[in-house]
Amino acid sequence: MIDLSNVSKTFTLHNQGSAVIEVLGDVSLSVAPGECVALTGASGAGKSTLMRMIYGNYRAQSGAIRVGGVDLVQSEPREIIQIRREVLGYVSQFLRVVPRVPTLDVVAEPLRAVGVGSDEARKRAKELLAQLNIPERLWSLSPTTFSGGEQQRVNIARGFAHPYPAMLLDEPTASLDAANREVVLSLIEAAKARGAAIIGIFHDEAARARVCDREIDVSRFTPARAA
Amino acid sequence: MTPLLSVQGVTKRYGAHIGCADVSFDLYPGEVMGIVGESGSGKSTLLNCMAGHLRPDAGSVVFDTRGHGPRDTVTMSEPERRMLSRTDWAFVHQHARDGLRMGVSAGGNVGERLMAVGARHYGDIRDKAVDWLERVEIDAGRVDDRPTTFSGGMQQRLQIARNLVTGPRLVFMDEPTGGLDVSVQARLLDLLRGLVRDMGLSAIIVTHDLAVVRLLADRLMVMKDGHVVEQGLTDQVLDDPQHAYTQLLVSSVLQV
Repeated sequence: MIDLSNVSKTFTLHNQGSAVIEVLGDVSLSVAPGECVALTGASGAGKSTLMRMIYGNYRAQSGAIRVGGVDLVQSEPREIIQIRREVLGYVSQFLRVVPRVPTLDVVAEPLRAVGVGSDEARKRAKELLAQLNIPERLWSLSPTTFSGGEQQRVNIARGFAHPYPAMLLDEPTASLDAANREVVLSLIEAAKARGAAIIGIFHDEAARARVCDREIDVSRFTPARAA
Repeated sequence: MTPLLSVQGVTKRYGAHIGCADVSFDLYPGEVMGIVGESGSGKSTLLNCMAGHLRPDAGSVVFDTRGHGPRDTVTMSEPERRMLSRTDWAFVHQHARDGLRMGVSAGGNVGERLMAVGARHYGDIRDKAVDWLERVEIDAGRVDDRPTTFSGGMQQRLQIARNLVTGPRLVFMDEPTGGLDVSVQARLLDLLRGLVRDMGLSAIIVTHDLAVVRLLADRLMVMKDGHVVEQGLTDQVLDDPQHAYTQLLVSSVLQV
């Protein structure tokens, strides 16, 4: 479902003496439907960078990143947008929303984008918000003023609203209490059971051990640093 | 799929000075493209060349018309281009005063556009005008008031109603949130985003505000000195800029 071959990434900082930072080289990996793979490695190893590249947020210098058979490295913006809408979900660490939009609509939006009717999308959004213990009195408010943990749960609800065949999860259980952590882990298990291919970053080792089928240490893709 | 708008090699000079040079891109139905760059980068010149307000010195601007398929709007006759600008295009100016008739009531401003495309029944026109005022969150009780009595944000929303009432397929926007308070901007952005999605509009938004394009645009074009230096998916260009100028632009934004 998610296939990377010989992917590399460098950042060129033109305004800082044209410093070239080689972050990742020769990355090849593949994740099958129903499988959950954890990216591991020390901070700075390139886990988030790799995840952002798979989402098309960072540009790869070479190689191919195929999601559902489409190579995102070669795709036009509108093709990447379509993949993101229908195939590839991403739960980032931070919620980014349009000010003023109620939480319920924020969560329902990914479903509306794939053509689900307003009522049905809101019904699903309500289920997820209830499951993630967001009090009902907050649903009509914009999440911009919510606490960090609440925002993260809204973000997770939004990410799991549409049953994406492929998902990227960046620290989905960080800063959650035990009960909500359990809810998120069961959402991940349910997604795997319906056949989603998942790549995740989990600093929470117990969570990783429970939902992930294997681990990929990103440091092995880090190019040897020139002295 | 046929692009709704296909721009090829558009160049506009002001004497020896370059307005914009050799700009090419395709815009597909439903796509929203942002154009960013500093003052004088040529973004407004380009927008005006596409919207038929300026005649480019070279290049073509091919629009997929409803009746006759793709046509070059640069070489078509003035009446044809004017008709397209009423039926298929909308242009939202930075200053609402440039896009509104200040001496005419709010309802008249919206109704006038309908009459320009052939609507004649007064009751229908008024109903539709009231409906649109409500869609842009202007109280229906203000329908007979002139825009001179409106706040800046209301005037901008009225301009949007006037532009969208005829059901255009392509909207050109020149700094639509410029000069408005941030809270008013947020409301306008939310409104525009909803309208673009619900009506399936394509749009080209010129702005110097990177936050605006991040919220509204699917893809982004960065201009400097009349040239396109970088283009791509909006979040990719903003989060992983490749060109020196884009890196400078992104890193210059103050964090709130």
